[in-house]
Amino acid sequence: MADTFEYLLRLGDDRLVLGHRLSEWCGHAPILEEDIALANIALDLVGQANLLLTAAAAAEGKGRDADALAFLRDGIDYRNVQMVELPRGDFAFTVARQFLFAEYSLLQSEALQRSKHDDLSGIAAKMHKEARYHVRHAGDWVLKLGDGTEESHRRVQDAVNELWRYTGELFMTDEVEQRLVASGVACDSAALEPAWRAQVDDVFKRAGLSVPETRWMQRGGRAGRHTEHLGHMLAEMQTLQRQHPGAAW
Amino acid sequence: MKSTETPSRDRLMAVLDTVMDPEVPVLSVVELGIVRELEVTDATVRVTVTPTYSGCPAMQVIERDIAAALKAHGAADVEIRTRHKPAWTTDWMPAVAREKLSAYGIAPPGPAAGQQLVSIGRRRPQPECPYCGSAATELRSEFGSTACKAIHVCSACQQPFEEFKPL
Repeated sequence: MADTFEYLLRLGDDRLVLGHRLSEWCGHAPILEEDIALANIALDLVGQANLLLTAAAAAEGKGRDADALAFLRDGIDYRNVQMVELPRGDFAFTVARQFLFAEYSLLQSEALQRSKHDDLSGIAAKMHKEARYHVRHAGDWVLKLGDGTEESHRRVQDAVNELWRYTGELFMTDEVEQRLVASGVACDSAALEPAWRAQVDDVFKRAGLSVPETRWMQRGGRAGRHTEHLGHMLAEMQTLQRQHPGAAW
Repeated sequence: MKSTETPSRDRLMAVLDTVMDPEVPVLSVVELGIVRELEVTDATVRVTVTPTYSGCPAMQVIERDIAAALKAHGAADVEIRTRHKPAWTTDWMPAVAREKLSAYGIAPPGPAAGQQLVSIGRRRPQPECPYCGSAATELRSEFGSTACKAIHVCSACQQPFEEFKPL
């Protein structure tokens, strides 16, 4: 069960951290419709994280719940990829990241519906439905900005250049994952990359965007090695439960 | 000695059909398609629900309302279970629910999409305007006042309206 706990944390932490980053736009988005859309997508992601961390807590079996995992773990115990913890940046950076992650989440949740972990396969089916709307939303914006004005194109290309070296970690696999692939619980992350790349290339081509030449890929998030940004984010996100443990609505 | 007996399953199902979705108050939880099972025993009434969206804040209110309504109609002990599999789909909403949505000014959902990849830039079919019935409508945003709705505007009667999104 230690492997299952670890794997569910990875899935849950990706969505919790990205959902929190996205929620930072609430009240700040460029237009009202976007404010509503980003808040709704953030809510979907945090909701997915709640389900996944609840399953993780059950797999751990030490009496912790989703809230304890979200609010009382330090950065070193977080298992998200580094891409999702980067500061939200400008609107172009946000939609570029949402697009790259949503295409990944769509393929991953499609595969995980066949998981032998009953809870996970059910959650994956739900995530897959929601990810379709996330892909459509972010993909439309990547097209609009990439194929828009000189400034919008420059901003979204800058975002892609900055984000690209963080995409490799999405598809890195390790012993934990491979053991769970063998037992039918997990899906092989590396196997998702060709389809992901084809989708991304198609949209980038239509948006007039290019993929940076760099081959270097950042890694470490899955093992608890994070950028300096995660700690700052958690300090804000966790402050209430740290100061008033067990506080409830 | 028990002073009252637990009402019949049919009776309690009718009670559930009076518990409204707080976000879409013309639909009951039964019409929303989230009530998957209702088991009535001497001791307990057990309701199994399948949530709509992962992060829908109305789910907690709905569960509370279900328990309160059943207790008010004679169920001594109510247990609410959550089931994630199979995932909720708007395809579970009966025809009567779609008619009520339309009459309320919300375009009902079309058939849910399958497992295929999403084609960016290609729109899903536009809903008809629930006010004038025109097919000439335009998407404003895939995300509306709640996670389950999209915002459109009708080119014929100029009325903005919401659509219950197919999921």
